[in-house]
Amino acid sequence: MEGAVLEIENLSAGFDGKDVVKGVSLEIPANKVTAIMGPSGCGKTTFIRCINRMHELAANAHVTGTVLLDGEDVYRMNPILLRRRIGMVFQRPNPFPTMSIYDNVIAGYFLNGTHMSKSDRDRVVEETLRRVALWEEVKDSLYRRGTFLSGGQQQRLCIARALAMNPEILLLDEPTSALDPKATAAIEELIAQLKGTVTIVQVTHNIPQAARISDFTAFVHLGELVEFGQTNKLFTVPKDKRTEEYLSGKFG
Amino acid sequence: MREVSLQRRLRGDKAFKAGTLALSLVATVPLTLILVFIVIRGASSINWQFLTALPKPVGESGGGIANALVGTVLLILIGSLISIPLGVSAGIFLAERGKTRLGSVTRLAVETLMGIPSIVLGIVAYVWVVRPMRGFSALSGGIALAMIMLPVITLATEETLLLIPVSLREAALALGVSYPRTVLRVVLPAGLSGILTGVLLAVARGAGESAPLLFTAFGNPYLTGNILKPMASLPLTIFNYATSPYPEWHALAWGASFVLLVFVLALNLLTKLVSAKWKVQF
Repeated sequence: MEGAVLEIENLSAGFDGKDVVKGVSLEIPANKVTAIMGPSGCGKTTFIRCINRMHELAANAHVTGTVLLDGEDVYRMNPILLRRRIGMVFQRPNPFPTMSIYDNVIAGYFLNGTHMSKSDRDRVVEETLRRVALWEEVKDSLYRRGTFLSGGQQQRLCIARALAMNPEILLLDEPTSALDPKATAAIEELIAQLKGTVTIVQVTHNIPQAARISDFTAFVHLGELVEFGQTNKLFTVPKDKRTEEYLSGKFG
Repeated sequence: MREVSLQRRLRGDKAFKAGTLALSLVATVPLTLILVFIVIRGASSINWQFLTALPKPVGESGGGIANALVGTVLLILIGSLISIPLGVSAGIFLAERGKTRLGSVTRLAVETLMGIPSIVLGIVAYVWVVRPMRGFSALSGGIALAMIMLPVITLATEETLLLIPVSLREAALALGVSYPRTVLRVVLPAGLSGILTGVLLAVARGAGESAPLLFTAFGNPYLTGNILKPMASLPLTIFNYATSPYPEWHALAWGASFVLLVFVLALNLLTKLVSAKWKVQF
């Protein structure tokens, strides 16, 4: 595919010798939103955790196949450097509880021991918080703990923390599953705004959400990639019978 | 099924509650008696001179426990300097790699150390330090106390770190933070209050030990800051004075008991304060 930033070939992964992801091949286009959709427990999360090599941190995890980032095999890269290029946001907001909002935003730099001048730090914090539409809400409480924020604000703070590192790709693992509808809407709006400047891969089991936010959708079922294509095409004229059944609510 | 009337169940309920209340009151009786007794007998000997003067020879009135106060502080300091770095490191290792073979062996060793009577650890310090150095010293006493404090700190650190959610660790790793930095800068700070609690409990335990100091720090009627010389401590002073035949020394022993009690109580309160105030919300 033209402009693919991630090329995944025949990726299988799982735990204790049992595959959860089975031979998935997929090309993820640059600066678009790609939704990984499927019923719970179908291996979506395991799949995206293979992209930034978080999967291999679990005990008894295995992975085979290749993942190419700009043509470079991520499994031959240093995982630490790889993860600085691919940001990740998790299901539950997880700001660092010992740090202020300000410190949470630049946590990637601070924890990696990167020296920044005060003015650089201030600039990165303000720019990033504006990017996630949190600046106006928190500019007077930057030095309070990040955990004082509401769930939706915490999740936007976590997105800011990932964006502050200027990643090429942002992996979102069901970022709204622990949030109320209003906070969910705010995150979806944010994703729409970020698109075009960063490649987003979002896992979701929420069909309408995939339809609303994504340009491309991959439907995964029982660890296999069933169908991949432009979201409007996949949702209107699914090629595979299983996709049609899932979209019409027959299972999942 | 046999019907049990509501009335009867409520009666049973009340009887059970009354029973537990009565038994818990009984359980507090010894502590209350000890507190009252020590305060009555000990508080009267407390004055400025008691805290700042050295012991006087038998027959002279007055005299204080300055040597024992300074000694206890120094012994605890030596014990802490050895046991805190070792204990916290071992605790981190157990929390991170506790399931490995070396991890289970370490845990077994630490738990065994916890169960060894303190006087045995005193003998060990005697053989390891006092005999080679040819003399009793504060250093050997501090090492004996370190062995008593070490398992308390290690196990508290491990338990605290195991409670830290995986999501926090993942947040750091996903930012491209290396594993050692993740542990030192994210996991450890999040567990700080629990680790401090363990340290304070270990200090409280070490401060009250007398048996391992009998043949290590030995005791010293003079004030000294030299850790290679014998040194006094509160528990030793209490032991020596209480077993003496002189009534004025008995009074000093009560006073020293009171000071030690206040010290340990203060540490326990501080522990509660630290764990409440610095508790991290996830």
